[in-house]
Amino acid sequence: MPDDTPLLSLEGITKDFYGTTVLRDVSFALRRGEILGLVGENGAGKTTLMRILFGMPVIAETGGFGGTVRIDGRPASFRNPFDALDAGIGMVHQEFSLIPGFTTTENIMLNREQSRRNVAVDLFGPRMATLDRPAMTARASKAIERLGVELHPDTLVSEMPVGHKQFTEIAREIDRENVKLLVLDEPTAVLAESEAEILLASLRRLAAQGIGIIFISHRLHEVTAVADRVVVLRDGQLVKDTSAKGVEVREIAAWMVGREVDANARVRSDRSFGGPALEVEHLWVDMPGETVRDVSFSVREGEIFGIGGLAGQGKLGIPNGIMGLFAAGGEVRLHGKHVALDAPRAALDAGMAFVSEDRRGVGLLLDESLDWNIAFTAMQVKGAYLRRWLGGLFSLRDEKAMRALAEQYIEMLEIKCTGHRQKAKELSGGNQQKVCLAKAFALEPNLLFVSEPTRGIDVGAKKLVLDKLRHYNRDEGTTIVMVSSELEELRAICDRVAIVDEGRIAGILPPEAPLADFGLLMAGERAAEASA
Amino acid sequence: MNTPFKLPSAARVRRFAADNVVVLIFLFVTAIAVPSSKLSGTYIIQDLLTRYGRNAFLVFSLLLPIMAGMGINFGMVLGAMAGEIGLIFAVDQGIAGVQGLLYAVLVGAPIAILLGWIAGQVLNRARGREMVTGYILGFFMDGVYQFVVLYLMGAIIPITSKAITLSRGYGIRNTLGLDSVRQSLDKLLMLKVGPFTLPMATYLVIALLAIFIVWFRRTKLGQDMRAIGQDQTVSHSAGIPVERTRIVAIVISTLLAMVGQIIFLQNMGNMATYNAHRQTGFFAAAAILVGGASVAKATIPNVLVGVGLLHLMYIVVPPAGARLFGSAQIGEYFRDAMSYAVIALALALHAWRKRANAESARAGLRGAASGAVDPAKTEGGAA
Repeated sequence: MPDDTPLLSLEGITKDFYGTTVLRDVSFALRRGEILGLVGENGAGKTTLMRILFGMPVIAETGGFGGTVRIDGRPASFRNPFDALDAGIGMVHQEFSLIPGFTTTENIMLNREQSRRNVAVDLFGPRMATLDRPAMTARASKAIERLGVELHPDTLVSEMPVGHKQFTEIAREIDRENVKLLVLDEPTAVLAESEAEILLASLRRLAAQGIGIIFISHRLHEVTAVADRVVVLRDGQLVKDTSAKGVEVREIAAWMVGREVDANARVRSDRSFGGPALEVEHLWVDMPGETVRDVSFSVREGEIFGIGGLAGQGKLGIPNGIMGLFAAGGEVRLHGKHVALDAPRAALDAGMAFVSEDRRGVGLLLDESLDWNIAFTAMQVKGAYLRRWLGGLFSLRDEKAMRALAEQYIEMLEIKCTGHRQKAKELSGGNQQKVCLAKAFALEPNLLFVSEPTRGIDVGAKKLVLDKLRHYNRDEGTTIVMVSSELEELRAICDRVAIVDEGRIAGILPPEAPLADFGLLMAGERAAEASA
Repeated sequence: MNTPFKLPSAARVRRFAADNVVVLIFLFVTAIAVPSSKLSGTYIIQDLLTRYGRNAFLVFSLLLPIMAGMGINFGMVLGAMAGEIGLIFAVDQGIAGVQGLLYAVLVGAPIAILLGWIAGQVLNRARGREMVTGYILGFFMDGVYQFVVLYLMGAIIPITSKAITLSRGYGIRNTLGLDSVRQSLDKLLMLKVGPFTLPMATYLVIALLAIFIVWFRRTKLGQDMRAIGQDQTVSHSAGIPVERTRIVAIVISTLLAMVGQIIFLQNMGNMATYNAHRQTGFFAAAAILVGGASVAKATIPNVLVGVGLLHLMYIVVPPAGARLFGSAQIGEYFRDAMSYAVIALALALHAWRKRANAESARAGLRGAASGAVDPAKTEGGAA
């Protein structure tokens, strides 16, 4: 390493959003030519840290941050991402930001095109300059060469395999003359194993040329393979900053999920379950951002089955696909009977209910009153709370029954409201979630999907929601499939927990399994390695 | 280049048909109408040559907004109105010939730039609904145009010529004779080739415009427009000023429409003061779509083919109707219905294709594991 001043140093970075601390006193440094693997669960603070580094406006809008960012030893504070780019920091995002109808060259040179002056420039300004295509191709080829990959400068992005798109993105970042620090956020997430290998090799090549690299990935074996150092964030704090030499994937997984206070070895009354209630085979779901690729599992009668995993890996797609909200395929059987996919009504008629993670979009009729919200689906699906007239020729709402129903659930779930006529949008997040639960309970389902039941609600409401789910399961014998990003929560109430990774189930563990095993599954290690 | 993906020939034919269904339907109808019209080939070709000069410029004005991802600029009627205002002044000032046309362009230009800028601002606030917004904006501006021409001209805006004002003393007459500038551009350089006369000066102007558009595509601004047309978010994050560029695209389009309308009217020789611009956007849109363009992609050949095909139909269908049904009106009714159908079909096809593409893109994410599952088979639930 040439000189001692680190390329980038973060000193005591602290950030809170509206009183919630998301980063606490995070400090680490990165030298030239070093690859730093940054790992952490969702919500550990990786994204916020990168936003601070790039001067994203959202940071300033929410009150700035504490601590100092130094580039080459000088304090740097960027007002927007373009400042960061000018300072030589490049970012490769998780999702591609490429223009599909442009060639490799045009994308690499996007908005940095080389051009020739002409008369129109003097008349109408610099944007009238004509593009110098040969020069652009030459520069793009140079960037591609630095990466050490095979990429044709004239191929259209829309006709490339995903791996090449990722390389095009990286080539765009390293084309900047002054680039010295490159941040890659889950660059291998969409790549096949062989493509990921090539990518890692290019990263080593870039590092050898003196570029510092921050490599964010949940695939821990890639982190150990490519990084010189590993930094682990957990709950906004830096829990480990160590050389990657000799570090095992299992250790990193344990640091990542952490919380070694494993006193929650719950006393489980010996639970007994019936036969299979829900069988899913080779399910795929086209849910944007939560693609399910090939998932098979089976849930036993009376069980609480947990589905966890990192964001974007496809766990949310599973209930949404089975309930017919997104295009899906595969085979789903409820109590041995085939359930048609792509048809919400078929799923509801089969006796399944769904508490959606999209509370305000899918879960509630925001402008309607609570009794309406609670009775709505039951009314549609079962014809309940309707009074028939003239031998069923037409039917009217049974306001009295709806009111009784609403009041029953307001009491049972302790929904804080002014009464059953209050509008759903006026309630707090936690109470809205309870209304969603009430709506699902009112269907008297024999299988209940709950998706992210505690997202965005306060601690007290969280506990209540989880308790109610547990009681509902115990008292009514309803089978529950719960999807959540909070591993702790899944371990607290589920009988088994499946971890989804890259659209597939990486493994199914009992809740008392060691945390590191869950971490390994999330890190893309298969079940066999995790239980070894 | 990668070796292109080879489709089996039947599928290739189907795909070609699906991509060009609008053109094919049009060719089919015209092919039936040409012989039944009993018009002579010379007549049809001469009429087509005249109509090229008259209309092509207007249709060209649609290219840039399509390139910038804003769809068909139905707001081009704003430019047409600016051109008409320019012509009113040229006639009022008694400036004859090509000078009169240039004067009209000079008067129309600032109006077109202002109106284009307003339209651009409005369309930036109506992202994703540019076409319908532009269409309605045209109706609204038509009202403003009427107010200005019918009430302000002669009352507040000085109009000297009694011949063009209404007898009440203010407002412009319903029909404006353009005798002073009639076909002045067309006749500037007439070329006689065999039985045909070619308005070479008009063609030259159109050719210059085509060259301008080819050149413009190679500029930084043109490249930015192409980028924005494909993905606004990506362009924005690359630092391209998205909103400004979109406004520029609309301003240029409005300016070109202004010039186009002046060329159109000089050929016609008179101007229906309150109606001339009403159908401009609709005709231009039909022409470019018939030429095989979509609301997302249009080229210069699309314009040239489209103007030819649309006007061929306009020439032959009324006489064909007269011969087949005994009434030219049925033919006229039919050609209007056809033009509207083309626009509707092209819009529906575009929406359908966009959805199909999005679906296949998402299906691609599924990976090889579910490759065995044929999406077509699972359409009605995996039975």
